Amino acid sequence: MVTFRRACRMAAAAALLLGSSAVAAQAASTLETVKARGKLICGVSMGTTGFALADAQGKFAGFDVDVCRAIATAVFGDPNKVDFVMTNINTRFQVLQSGEIDVLSRQTTMTYSREASLGIDFGPTVFYDGQGLMVAKSLGINSAKELDGAAVCTLPGTTTAQNLADFFRATGKKFELVVFENPDENNNAFFSGRCDAVSSDRSDLASIRAASKSPGDYVILPETISKEPLAPAVRQNDSNWRDIVSWSAWMLMAAEEKGITQANVDEQLKSQDPEIQRMLGVTDELGPMLGLDKNWGYNIIKQVGNYAEVFDRNLGEKTALGLSRGPNSLWNTGGLLYPPPVR
Amino acid sequence: MSDQSTTMAEGRSAPRRPARRNETFKAYFGTPGNTVVTLICLVLLGLAAKAAASWLLINAVFDGAPEDCKAASGACWPYVAAKLRYMLFGIYPFDEQWRPLSATLLFIAAMAVSGIPRLWGRSLIVAWAVLLPVLFLLMAGGAFGLTEVATSQWGGLPLSFMLTFIGLVCALPLGILLALARLSKLPAIRILAVTFIELVRGVPLISILFMASVMLPLFMPEGVTIDKLLRAQVAIILFAAAYIAEIVRAGLQALPAGQTEAAKALGLHYWQCTFLITVPQALKTVIPPLVSLFIGFFQDTTLVTIVGLLDFLNTVRTALRDPNWQGIAVLEGYVFAAVVYFVFSALMGAYSRFLEKRFRVGHD
Repeated sequence: MVTFRRACRMAAAAALLLGSSAVAAQAASTLETVKARGKLICGVSMGTTGFALADAQGKFAGFDVDVCRAIATAVFGDPNKVDFVMTNINTRFQVLQSGEIDVLSRQTTMTYSREASLGIDFGPTVFYDGQGLMVAKSLGINSAKELDGAAVCTLPGTTTAQNLADFFRATGKKFELVVFENPDENNNAFFSGRCDAVSSDRSDLASIRAASKSPGDYVILPETISKEPLAPAVRQNDSNWRDIVSWSAWMLMAAEEKGITQANVDEQLKSQDPEIQRMLGVTDELGPMLGLDKNWGYNIIKQVGNYAEVFDRNLGEKTALGLSRGPNSLWNTGGLLYPPPVR
Repeated sequence: MSDQSTTMAEGRSAPRRPARRNETFKAYFGTPGNTVVTLICLVLLGLAAKAAASWLLINAVFDGAPEDCKAASGACWPYVAAKLRYMLFGIYPFDEQWRPLSATLLFIAAMAVSGIPRLWGRSLIVAWAVLLPVLFLLMAGGAFGLTEVATSQWGGLPLSFMLTFIGLVCALPLGILLALARLSKLPAIRILAVTFIELVRGVPLISILFMASVMLPLFMPEGVTIDKLLRAQVAIILFAAAYIAEIVRAGLQALPAGQTEAAKALGLHYWQCTFLITVPQALKTVIPPLVSLFIGFFQDTTLVTIVGLLDFLNTVRTALRDPNWQGIAVLEGYVFAAVVYFVFSALMGAYSRFLEKRFRVGHD
């Protein structure tokens, strides 16, 4: 009797307390909401080496995280005014639609149907990825076309399995799909020889390889069997906010193009190049057109760095992932990054 | 079950001990066949123990850097030490982690105190009514100079505890009411209860969490969001209530009809009869299945990962992805998680046995 009453009271108290934390926010535009809140809320993955991962102190770092920090810096001039919300791969779009996050920066591939039917808009591609296959070196295979009757490990959902089916139909070879719900199980199955190959985005394969006891024993095959342009996403019908997200990403690339780095940005304030002057807010006041500070570009470069710095710090040759720039270099060095002019 | 073991223990008093030991010996080595089986089992156990000991202790690294672990063949305990705070508290701001720590300790202490039957009374209810807002304030901040921490930053063990125990404590009264409703003579109430219970039991917890986190926000007016944690918590409460209802119903139906009849003869009305006579007795009978359910829920809360919440097991899991330790430490984190889960589950089990003994469950 007494226990029951205690339980009743507790239930009521807990419900009341938790209820008070329910948020009712969001005025007209996302920018206003973000400014009123005093920080950006950015959806990232639940832990992917190089893209978004919390360190031992719970502080997030990674490529996707730095994109978020660039946006926060554009709005507030401070890369730390951002809260990261971990989003599950199955619920990431709903979390964005429902307004729980302001921007989704989560290794998400821009596709037609996502843009057309999910009520979201994508920003520019910040990372060009593609699905690949990795095998053990001991198999002695140099091309995915030589795989016949291979067992291929993958994670569920998305488009991974479809791409594999398309690829193997084209080569006329057979394959057996082995799907794992959990990334650790997936990787262990591959390393223990349960599967002949593992398939995922190439950046992901690099991180799986980095996790093995002897990364030298595995080789990522040269074929890229799908296009995976990874881009940040925002809710549909808020062009101003989409512009801010897009130009924050392009600012990173434009800074690299112009050779502006975290270290030399203060000197570059004196530069005579009119585009640099516009980027850094020395002349023309471009920022206020989007509702930002006039030195938003300066802030991003000063606080976060340029694209090359972000890439090298999180994914580059010196990191555990050891990715080369490949298609993610600027257009004038043979890559695909082509930021529109700042003018 | 339990009354049997008590009578057995009482029946065999001290002088007859040696005979029992002899019986035990016979059971294992009585016949040549038994002896062989026993020996094989002992050898296997010994081998397993040796392998475990060499991995856990003898070849393990207790102090050092990732490189030291790479060289050793045993467990890598510095990894657990380095990631301990992340595993326990997730992405809660590092400098503020004394708050979830003290909240968890307070919560455990309060649960322990509440478990002492002698203290059950009004003062305990008041204490909880004071404590819960304090715990919430400690975690969320935003007042008394504590910085605000959004619920999306909560994680690890405090989150597991909160989802489990607040969930179950809220689900218990709801479950009792549902059980009573299902046994009600009023068809409308009975049908409602049956529908709810069967509907909830008919789908997995994961789909209810999914509904709560994906579907619910789409039904809300634009701009209104309900806290993700609250949604998961409510989903867990509703789910647990359906299961508790069925367990409590079993307890109620096991009561001899004489109990209700006697209560009615004494002039007690329905609610008096229910909460003074039948429910307390029913709850006593169903302590073992209730505790198994609670232990199960403590472990099931880990499914909240589907809605993007990091409970204890999932902070352990994401800690594994640290590039500095990747490929070096895998099992260690899971061993640590297993130990933590085991300790708390074993405590709950022990407490249930204590309650059973105290209430002398069983019909003598």
